[in-house]
Amino acid sequence: MSKNNLHVLFDDDDILLEAIKKIREKKYYINEVYTPFPVHGLDKALGLAPTRIAIAAFIYGCIGFTVAILMMNYIMIVDWPQNIGGKPSFSFIENMPSFVPIMFEMTVFFAAHLMVLTFYMKSKLWPFKKAENPNPLTTDNMFLIDMESGDDLNKLKVFLKKTGAVSIEVIEKNENEK
Amino acid sequence: MSSHYEAPIRKPLIAGDKSYHDISVDIARPIETPPNRDWWIAFTISLIAFLWGVGCIIYTIGTGIGSWGLNKTVGWAWDITNFVWWIGIGHAGTLISAVLLLFRQKWRMGINRSAEAMTIFSVIQAGLFPIIHMGRPWLAYWMFPIPNQFGSLWVNFNSPLLWDVFAISTYLTVSLVFWWTGLLPDFAMIRDRAVKPFQKKIYSLVSFGWSGRAKDWQRFEEVSLVLAGLATPLVLSVHTIVSYDFATSVIPGWHTTIFPPYFVAGAIFSGFAMVQTLLIITRKVLKLESYITLQHIELMNIIIMITGSIVGCAYITELFIAWYSGVEYEQFAFLNRATGPYWWAYFLMMTCNVVSPQIMWIKKIRTSIIISFIISIVVNVGMWFERFVIIVTSLHRDYLPSSWTMFSPTFIDIGIFIGTIGFFFVLFLLYARSFPVIAQAEVKSILKSSGEKYKTLRDNHE
Repeated sequence: MSKNNLHVLFDDDDILLEAIKKIREKKYYINEVYTPFPVHGLDKALGLAPTRIAIAAFIYGCIGFTVAILMMNYIMIVDWPQNIGGKPSFSFIENMPSFVPIMFEMTVFFAAHLMVLTFYMKSKLWPFKKAENPNPLTTDNMFLIDMESGDDLNKLKVFLKKTGAVSIEVIEKNENEK
Repeated sequence: MSSHYEAPIRKPLIAGDKSYHDISVDIARPIETPPNRDWWIAFTISLIAFLWGVGCIIYTIGTGIGSWGLNKTVGWAWDITNFVWWIGIGHAGTLISAVLLLFRQKWRMGINRSAEAMTIFSVIQAGLFPIIHMGRPWLAYWMFPIPNQFGSLWVNFNSPLLWDVFAISTYLTVSLVFWWTGLLPDFAMIRDRAVKPFQKKIYSLVSFGWSGRAKDWQRFEEVSLVLAGLATPLVLSVHTIVSYDFATSVIPGWHTTIFPPYFVAGAIFSGFAMVQTLLIITRKVLKLESYITLQHIELMNIIIMITGSIVGCAYITELFIAWYSGVEYEQFAFLNRATGPYWWAYFLMMTCNVVSPQIMWIKKIRTSIIISFIISIVVNVGMWFERFVIIVTSLHRDYLPSSWTMFSPTFIDIGIFIGTIGFFFVLFLLYARSFPVIAQAEVKSILKSSGEKYKTLRDNHE
């Protein structure tokens, strides 16, 4: 069975998308694609599920909103109600209008920061993390497909050359399997 | 090619015959080459100004706020003027990167990185003023709702000054993560090009190990879009809340319901002017004319013109409402503003903010780099005077004529202001030499639709 990985380099985003389409039609397995910039339609071509990070952000925002309400209700109404400027704070609903700005700010604060943290955790981004792109050119102008070689390596190489690959590198996977 | 189609009427945003690799080389050049003599001169001047400001701040903290020109009648003057001025400048960055992203304006990509940097640096300057004005800045953490040793004494959530604390800290931190997330792929590009081991280490650290996987990019784009959606109302809320500091008071001249939209328009106006000032120099010095084109400058000028006109409308509306309200105190405040002893400040504000941007109606003028540069400076002077006029002229003649007085700044007031300008430019100059000043990953993604080479190629083909 497939023992090797292939690193196939492309130098154009449109050729890359066409190549991915053809590779997937031939039922070869693509592990990962590395690109220097967001290529429009790449996630669809690879069949990636849509990201749910926006839903997460919505939930984080709701948490922030709730925290703001609970915090201001406790501080201003429950714990130490005061009469400020002739406006006594004995009921939340009557004092609510002046709490709106901070409710909004805390909603945004929670949604933005927790969403970004989720993104960093899910995509494994943090200080001192080692980069994992196999070829440094993939942050400059090259596009790399990391794929399984399948049974017939030579046939595959000819096929990939035809799709417009600039170079094909065979990566031995032996040490993993021993 | 056809999937990258863009109407021929849209002018190219990347000039010249650029490839993806050329973009990397052009953006990495300022980082990989040592700065020239002019940079060192500018940096030294900024550093001296900054250090002078630090000295004045230390003097203020050691001696007290009495070292400023404030008096019994004018209790707020340059400090709050500078605060609002810097916060206003800080609005363009998020506006460019968030609002223009939501409107799918591709021209934001050439300027958003520097505009966001400017936002963060100027919000830092703004934040200094309220903290110094506290008198005991080491107790600044008392602004946060934390239990304390005096019993359960809490901060007052009815106060617009506390809203400000929340708004500005949210704005600063959210702008910072928005900026840094966008920087990751660009830092990664610098990292992968770096030859010197030290440089490679630093850029590996700041790029958080960005690898550019397909899934990372999918999440990256979604995160950028959601952050833009959050930052757009946020940026409007911040200056709205700054205007509440005045609008919720009962001082004639401050107690105005027009303040929130008026302040937000003014903030965008002054912010774009500052972006214009900085980028006209940056594009020249760092040789980025292909990415920050004349088209970008013209579009920014149009925004300056529009927001300047909105601000002009607000000035006139204020005068009209003062008359129409029939409140004599309100009428006096505005009459005094325009014809009283501070008439010259009002006149400067009117000419710089309302009259000067109107010349941008003429295409020849708004596509002239030198005039754009001059106008951008004039606008920022005018916007400083706008805040001065609102704050000082509303205070200096109060209900009691025996306490009427004038305000004159001391050298400490002036020193702190100059110091923040120095600090701002120190940060910006360091940024221009160590950060990718253009969002190169985003620019690469529009090269085929908006690059000059590809556009002419398509036009000739049809």
